[in-house]
Amino acid sequence: MSKHSITISVNGTDHSAEVDSRLLLVHFIRENLDLTGTHIGCDTTSCGACTVLINGRAVKSCTMFAVQANGAEVDTVEGMAEGGQLHPLQEGFWEKHGLQCGYCTPGMLMSAKHLLSKNPNPTEDEIRWGISGNLCRCTGYNKIVEAIQYAAEKLQQEEVAA
Amino acid sequence: MIPGEFDYHSPQTLAEAISLLVEHGDEAKILAGGQSLIPAMRFRLALPGTLIDINRIDGLSYLREENGHLLIGAMTRESALEESDIVQSKYHLLADAAAVIADPLVRNLATVGGNIAHSDPANDHPAVMLAYGATVMAAGPNGTRRIAIDDFFTDLFENSLEENEILTEIRIPTPAAGTGGAYLKLERKVGDYAISAAAVQLTMSGGTCTAARIGLTNVSPVPMRAKNAEQALVGQTLTDDVIEAAGQAAAAECDPSQDLRGSVAYKRDLTRVMVKRTIRKAMERAN
Amino acid sequence: MTVYHDPNKPRHVDDRVEVKHPVPEGASAKVETTEQIAVTTPPEVCGMGHRMKRKEDPRFIQGRGQYVDDVKLPGMLYMDIVRSPYAHAKILDIDASAALEMDGVLAVITGKDLEAHGLHWMPTLMSDTQMVLPTEKVVYYAQEVCAVIATDRYIAADAVENIFVDYDPLDAVVDPFKALEDETIVRTDKEVQTNRIWHWEVGDQAATDEVFANAKHVVKQYMHIPRIHVASIETCGMVANYNPATEKMQIYMTTQAPHAIRTVFALVTGLPEHKIQIISPDIGGGFGGKVPVYPGYVIGAVASLLLGKPVKWIEDRSENLQADSFARDYHLEAELAADENGKLVGLRVNGLADHGAADAAANPSKFPAGLFSICSGSYDIEATHVNFDAVYTTKPPGGVAYRCSFRVTEAVHMIERLTDMMAHDLGIDPAEYRMQNFIQPEQFPYKSATGWEYDSGNYPAALKKAMDMIGYDELRREQAEKRERGELMGIGISSFTEVVGAGPAKDYDILGIKMFDSAEIRIHPTGKAIARFGTKSQGQGHETTYAQIIAQELGIPANDIEVEEGDTDTAPYGLGTYASRSTPTAGAAAAMAARKIRAKAKKIAAHLLEASEEDLEWNVNQWQVKGSPDQAKTIQDIAFAAYTNHPDDLEAGLEATDYYNPPNLTFPFGSYICVVDVDKGTGEVHIRRFVAIDDCGNIINPLVVEGQVHGGLTMGLAPAMFEEIVYDEYGTCLTGTFADYLLPTAVESPKWETGHTITPSPHHPIGAKGVGESPTVGAPPAIANAVVDALWHLGVRHIDIPITPQKVWQALRDAGVSD
Repeated sequence: MSKHSITISVNGTDHSAEVDSRLLLVHFIRENLDLTGTHIGCDTTSCGACTVLINGRAVKSCTMFAVQANGAEVDTVEGMAEGGQLHPLQEGFWEKHGLQCGYCTPGMLMSAKHLLSKNPNPTEDEIRWGISGNLCRCTGYNKIVEAIQYAAEKLQQEEVAA
Repeated sequence: MIPGEFDYHSPQTLAEAISLLVEHGDEAKILAGGQSLIPAMRFRLALPGTLIDINRIDGLSYLREENGHLLIGAMTRESALEESDIVQSKYHLLADAAAVIADPLVRNLATVGGNIAHSDPANDHPAVMLAYGATVMAAGPNGTRRIAIDDFFTDLFENSLEENEILTEIRIPTPAAGTGGAYLKLERKVGDYAISAAAVQLTMSGGTCTAARIGLTNVSPVPMRAKNAEQALVGQTLTDDVIEAAGQAAAAECDPSQDLRGSVAYKRDLTRVMVKRTIRKAMERAN
Repeated sequence: MTVYHDPNKPRHVDDRVEVKHPVPEGASAKVETTEQIAVTTPPEVCGMGHRMKRKEDPRFIQGRGQYVDDVKLPGMLYMDIVRSPYAHAKILDIDASAALEMDGVLAVITGKDLEAHGLHWMPTLMSDTQMVLPTEKVVYYAQEVCAVIATDRYIAADAVENIFVDYDPLDAVVDPFKALEDETIVRTDKEVQTNRIWHWEVGDQAATDEVFANAKHVVKQYMHIPRIHVASIETCGMVANYNPATEKMQIYMTTQAPHAIRTVFALVTGLPEHKIQIISPDIGGGFGGKVPVYPGYVIGAVASLLLGKPVKWIEDRSENLQADSFARDYHLEAELAADENGKLVGLRVNGLADHGAADAAANPSKFPAGLFSICSGSYDIEATHVNFDAVYTTKPPGGVAYRCSFRVTEAVHMIERLTDMMAHDLGIDPAEYRMQNFIQPEQFPYKSATGWEYDSGNYPAALKKAMDMIGYDELRREQAEKRERGELMGIGISSFTEVVGAGPAKDYDILGIKMFDSAEIRIHPTGKAIARFGTKSQGQGHETTYAQIIAQELGIPANDIEVEEGDTDTAPYGLGTYASRSTPTAGAAAAMAARKIRAKAKKIAAHLLEASEEDLEWNVNQWQVKGSPDQAKTIQDIAFAAYTNHPDDLEAGLEATDYYNPPNLTFPFGSYICVVDVDKGTGEVHIRRFVAIDDCGNIINPLVVEGQVHGGLTMGLAPAMFEEIVYDEYGTCLTGTFADYLLPTAVESPKWETGHTITPSPHHPIGAKGVGESPTVGAPPAIANAVVDALWHLGVRHIDIPITPQKVWQALRDAGVSD
């Protein structure tokens, strides 16, 4: 099995490591970097609990090898809040009760972040389709949709203000 | 679920990738989007000794029109189809399919080339490309060759690519005036494979169907065209009866197997319904 | 009627004892139904009724929760499990030599190894036995066969591939009806060679038979409530950390009931209970699936004990879906009788429970079929008789809950389907028919024919509200027009009654441990507090709602109250969180402990104010002299005095513990209406609207209640239309991944429309009832009734859940309808 020297920027910080070819990106993030906000929920690319952003796009980090992310910019839930300020999505999830057990939440947040970057003003239907790669067992999704709507509005207000 | 051990290569050029393929033979697997391959490896259903990751090869990801064709680089992500103005405005059949392949996260990594090269009759692109009459470009040690999509799929998960060839591009003929296409898929939930899906590309002239190609998803061991259904349409005014006849022809010529998605009888009848509805939608778009 | 049981076999008969427990002070015997949520504390206190943002959320939205797989201890080893590819097979040989030669592999643990310590079998929560690791044979597909301990999870996974097990396959027992024939015996370890586990009866058979003999109308239907899996997004797992120096076994574990688990571990392993610490950290969803002890937990603990190092075991999704406890799997043959006026008079049920290879249900001991006998539901039915049998099959043991309190879902599905059929048969609108047959508000407390005393209810109010909200009459008109045009539209109602909050200690226990629950509140000198509970949130929001109950009772801001659960070294003993029991039991304990504190605070306040206790009155957060609110001591003043200036004849400190034994269960209820459009061509069912009116008594936090209802509805939708664990004829599980076990996404899940009525529980100290599971209980029949309603005129009377496109298509084609 080949070993590889990789450098991945995670939440803006470069991390270098020597990894086995088969190390899954999600394990690199969780075990090597101790960023345990990214979760694992299935083996079939079905649940989205492991969703991170790679170069700004939401992907399932259990279906990618760490070596593939060499040189990439990875964003995880731990990097969302800036300067002690929650991201509008985090705020929305809190305000609107968009989470219960919290296990799917980091993946949902990352998916929603990518969704809003492509479509800043999504309809309810577009939100539902946009997060359809992420399973939640607790919330019934209503309040996740509301949370994303809250964030979309807030982000647009911030844009106008800027 | 942990994949078995393998050696990993990430060639920078196509030539390098091909020579790695030549070197490692059937031990090697191409890693494109990885959205089918990596889960299979995690279940140790796939145990390649060598992975050749073609994600770092420049120039394999593009969507452009050239000489009456839409050229799709093999490494074009499914999500790029959704985000492409050309695809959304002119290639409706492809645009329909792009929205229902797997789920939005998977589409951010999954590639058009990978979807076709995997040659899974449950995948959506095979039927789409069959309906378009697309051409597949394959690069190997002896250069590049064209493979007509009708000659591409040879068996379950098998295709006419040589062991040392890489699928590099898919060419879809630009729809002529009077041509319309659609893809309709019934899945159990988002992210599922189709119970049955139909891809239809029709050309209409003065109320008569002058050309028709129909591809079917997940109702046969090998991705298939519904040729009898096509014949039922060509040269006809597409009345309800003609469309019904085409649906029935498709139901008869498909070859589904029973699984958790449904019985053979259900899948056949569903194929009839899906083909009919897709024909109607394609007709609307052709006019 | 088919009777499945063998009349020669011993019978369990429901022998609940009627003992009235004292109703706590402050609970009102007379209740009225309202819609207004009472709020009596200011926002800064945030007592009951406030839409308080959850206190636990900041850690979760920032990726700082701590789930079991996040626990990392120095020198930690990893466990992986070899599982059986057969549902039923003798184990001839286990060859682990190649695995043991691998670098990084420390041990392979087999059933024989455990046998040496007497740990190869363990008790289930229903006092049956279950293999930890087999010594002779496997009895279900994906059963644990042996375990590998390695330095790394990748190496452990490789080692699993290098263990070679020689099996001699035996016939699988997949069909529970076939199991009754005892041709192939699943549990050959038992003294009596039969697949029958128990027989249970409730109600008066003779009276019921007589009612049926005289009934004018009878509907009869066989239904299967299929096997499903909770599939919380976090799978099960543990880190067992045995320290040979202190002889202490610390176990981080995905468990909903840490104390009960500690006691079971002590009894099973012989380790002294004070040397076992179970820590249930953040739990990524439980829903009942994290109540049982699974073999992996025991093997992991043994591995840590033997190796003296921490051992982590985390299931993967396939293991979770294939081997963990299932829910439901009840076969029901049910009959409902009505008199000449259409009044429901009798209910007769024969049931068969498929328990898999062990009765590993998580019911109270006396209730082998859980609380199924609540099956007369929301209707005033004079005679009911339930006959139930259970069998072993070669499937994983169960059944546990699936966000449902002890088999109420099965009961509700049955009665709501039958009632709908009866209404349709009689040509009466199903809403009107329910109104006619409901237990009426003035009949509460209502005693059912099967011995339940419903505490409070107002069923017509909830149904009326649901009908108004959805525009019922207009929908019926639309349906009639559509039917004229050949379009298929259906409206389905479910008016369910839940029974939760187990329970009165007299009748409810798990392995002999009574089902009370506990709260311990300590007020710090500066007026802040910590409260600990015997329950364990898995997302329900206890850190917020318990704090709000205490804030309501003591006036300490909810944000000043730290709520802790899940560590058996610190939390008071309790039975845990499942079956919607936390609010009825631990929530009550929180109020009762707070009231004890308030009573002591009164003495301190009297001392500080130099007034007599009789002259003081409580006002939100202070004891004040009656009539002079400026002469007052706030709870914060009193807390400080409790440590600095308390009366000489009073102990220092301000804390209290309460072990709450509820006087009765609580009976939440609701009415749901679902509107569907059915595609004639494909059999697809599209849920156009779904209105849910829930009544869970007094509401602690409306935001949390809405969230619980939404989530429960999606978990009701799931088995109604998507989820089922399927086996082939060889007993192989065909739904072992999320690619085939279909959890609804945000696309399949409709936009739920919710509302409430409030009919407080008369015996609960804060009038609350519990809500988490109501929607999972109530939703499936609303959906099924809607689909059947759309097809009734075509002659369709029933479709078993999950209602897949294929089943609907089949019904349509059988009726000659196509597209």
